[in-house]
Amino acid sequence: MDYTSQSQRDRKEMFKAIGISGINELFSVIPEDLRAKELNIAGGKTEQELLNYFSDIALKNKILTSFRGAGIYDHFIPSLVCEVVGRSEFWSAYTPYQAEASQGTLQAIFEYQSLICALTGLATSNASLYDGATATAEAALLALRVSRKSKILISSALHPEYIQVVKTYLENFKAELVFLDVSDGAVKKEILEANLDADTAAVIIQSPNYFGVIEDMQTLSVVTKRKDSLFVAVVNPLSLGVFKAPGEYDADIAVGEGQVLGSSMCAGGATFGFMTVKKALEWKMPGRIVGQTVDKRGNRGFVLTLQSREQHIRREKATSNICTNASLNALAGCVFLAGWGSYGFKKLAEINISKARYAFSKIKSLEGFKPKFGEDKVFFNEFVIETIKDVKKINKVLLENNILGPLDLSETEKTFKNCLLFCVTEQRSKFEIDRLVEILSKI
Amino acid sequence: MEKLLNELSSDCKAAYDLESDIEIKAQIPENLKRNLSLDLPSIAESDLLRHFTSLSRKNYAVSTTFYPLGSCTMKYNPLVNERIAKFDNFNKLHPCQDEETIQGVLEVMYKLEKDLCEISGMDCFSLQQAAGAQGEFAGLLIIAKYFKSIKQKRTKIIVPDSAHGTNPASAAFAGFDIVSLKSESDGSISPAKLKEVLTPEIAAIMLTVPNTLGTFERNIPEISKIIHENGSLLYYDGANLNAVMGVVRPGDMGFDVMHINLHKTFSTPHGGGGPGAGPVGVKAFLEPFLPFPRVESKGPKFVLNYEKPESIGKLKSFFGNFPVMLKAYAYIKSLGAKGLKNVSEQAVLNANYMLARFKDKINIPAGNRCMHEFVLSPKALFKNGVRTLDVAKRLLDCGYYAPTVYFPLIVEESIMIEPTETESKETLDAFVDTLVKIIREETSLEPQKLKDAPVNTPVGRLNEVEAARKPILKWE
Repeated sequence: MDYTSQSQRDRKEMFKAIGISGINELFSVIPEDLRAKELNIAGGKTEQELLNYFSDIALKNKILTSFRGAGIYDHFIPSLVCEVVGRSEFWSAYTPYQAEASQGTLQAIFEYQSLICALTGLATSNASLYDGATATAEAALLALRVSRKSKILISSALHPEYIQVVKTYLENFKAELVFLDVSDGAVKKEILEANLDADTAAVIIQSPNYFGVIEDMQTLSVVTKRKDSLFVAVVNPLSLGVFKAPGEYDADIAVGEGQVLGSSMCAGGATFGFMTVKKALEWKMPGRIVGQTVDKRGNRGFVLTLQSREQHIRREKATSNICTNASLNALAGCVFLAGWGSYGFKKLAEINISKARYAFSKIKSLEGFKPKFGEDKVFFNEFVIETIKDVKKINKVLLENNILGPLDLSETEKTFKNCLLFCVTEQRSKFEIDRLVEILSKI
Repeated sequence: MEKLLNELSSDCKAAYDLESDIEIKAQIPENLKRNLSLDLPSIAESDLLRHFTSLSRKNYAVSTTFYPLGSCTMKYNPLVNERIAKFDNFNKLHPCQDEETIQGVLEVMYKLEKDLCEISGMDCFSLQQAAGAQGEFAGLLIIAKYFKSIKQKRTKIIVPDSAHGTNPASAAFAGFDIVSLKSESDGSISPAKLKEVLTPEIAAIMLTVPNTLGTFERNIPEISKIIHENGSLLYYDGANLNAVMGVVRPGDMGFDVMHINLHKTFSTPHGGGGPGAGPVGVKAFLEPFLPFPRVESKGPKFVLNYEKPESIGKLKSFFGNFPVMLKAYAYIKSLGAKGLKNVSEQAVLNANYMLARFKDKINIPAGNRCMHEFVLSPKALFKNGVRTLDVAKRLLDCGYYAPTVYFPLIVEESIMIEPTETESKETLDAFVDTLVKIIREETSLEPQKLKDAPVNTPVGRLNEVEAARKPILKWE
């Protein structure tokens, strides 16, 4: 099945109007010896066949009760979010170049920017980036651009995939990356002080970090400012319902992964990345930005603005090469943030903490399981447990019970042998947590 | 005027609520606790639904109107693909699940890669990139890494002046210097001019085929020879792949690296600006440099291979935008080889039909034939201070989204039209009639109507200069 609509008669009339006798004449400019042989691609399925074919493929995937996070989280998505992003007026539109015919997307993104600014406590948000990892990389590039310095300090507890993406993005820039030790679960002030110098463009700290631990961002930011370096906060937006906002600890740039705000896990994407900055940095930001203006009659309206930063105008001198971003997922984020109210959003964060705490206290009291880090560490969704049990066996048994168990940290972090990264969100019921604990207790 | 969320906010109950079956106890130490007021709006669910439904109606979209946006391939997005992408067994998966539990995901990625290879003539693809520009960036990093591996210092990329803005931006992002190449009046590349700028420092040239004026690069065999004799590589910007599927393959034309925009050629919706996907295809000698992980088949199973020591690394978390890949693969399975070729033929037929109808009425700088899109140059017909921007806004009043305007940069006052294959003859006819009337009649008879346009849209013409001069980027 294809989706063209011309009848044979239409085609003949079109040939006649063009002055050709057949379709091949339109391709005569392409040298014969370059022409493709018939492609070997199976297909031609009807809609019904297509649905059956993909139902069969989908069945080869397994939906599990998730106790795994590590960057992608199983959170509740209100029906309103699904309804709005399911509207074809939103999903089948292009980037809003013709503002007057794109006020829906533009106003929604303006509202998104407003909500993300409120959440992070910073002045200016862009219209979204691809994901949390690329947003972090763009923040590093922004810092290099603004500071004209060359060193970037990065917490070793930044998500390992974010670290990989930052490295890829910075590969051909003359930048030195220094990784800060986190062997006790968080970045120590002394470690930062020892590595910070006059050539440090930025310090990038994630909180909650990869191990779920809330960093003392206030203290780290104060230290960072002593050398006039930029403080980049990589934050989980849901956690900002209760934890300090980047604006409160004088962060210059806040970035993060927006999946937790209304995007399904979907094997890791599509999601969106967000970036907010201090006012002074707004002209240096990458990506689209929506601004408010007026029409000829003085009515409020919205347009893409500060465009002289961007690739379609500045070409090789643009602040970034980004064009397409993750608008529809940012729209989901907007609808998600618009519906909780301040009280509800805080409560949502508190439920996450409470459930994770509940699971933590149950698991750590099991024989053979203990917390990896000191009890003073505060966490949001995730926590690290060290075990004397066979890690592989734990996850195998959990999988047999349709549970996606904790992430085995020894696979990615050599210093975390026998360590498990558990994740508990508001989606997990007391029953599910108790069942997890019971299965663990029998291993 | 549509209220903003903060203006809708009241003391009412918020739209969402949640209860916990575990006691809510969250004691946060003072130094970590948020003191800043949250300031999120409080709006009832029914009002919130009305707000966003109302906003959605203020968009023109492919589902509501003809959207002839040149170079963006705004074709019909099959609804069945959206339905498939909503299957729970795709949606509710964690990316760090064990391979055995996401075999369906890996199968889709593996088979999509194989089909893209067949369509393009490349040897392998990375699907990880989130958009065309990220695909370009990855492709250029691969080129940089390749030359590093053979210990050649090549620091420059040639970009024609007719190229998309992302080309030079991506090349700069990957650390290259840009050598701009002046293209001919039909957007093509002169081999003689190319030779003039060719030096041992040139790593690659980025070409869009068909080019942004909608003409096929007839000198491509010669360009390929010149470039490769210089030890440089040939990069294919796949933004216009919709013109040539089943007709000619970039791999067969001598291209070494390319990217594809799945949200263009393969009909995944653009989402008002994303998410997209920009797979990067390379010839076999560049395979070691592709981003990891790679999906491989091992007997009847699909596995992820992270052991790629020469890889440029990762461009995005996890696997990339999987739902976009899924929809593109569904599209390919719906069309098959025959359907894909028909897509390109019909896209080219539709464009040529429109062009034939515009010919003799509005100047077409690239001549009487085109591939899937073409550029009009109405400047000579403009009277009374009317500009292309006015024409674009007037089209909005007539119920059409406007074509791409003022691009490519090499044509003054340009109007770039890409009808795509999914539009009917009736739609094309009506649009041509409208545009000809606007440009040939209204510019002389009713110039003010154009300058006042649009008047039928939710807002009138917006002041973009003021927006940038005094930026208001969030609600007050």
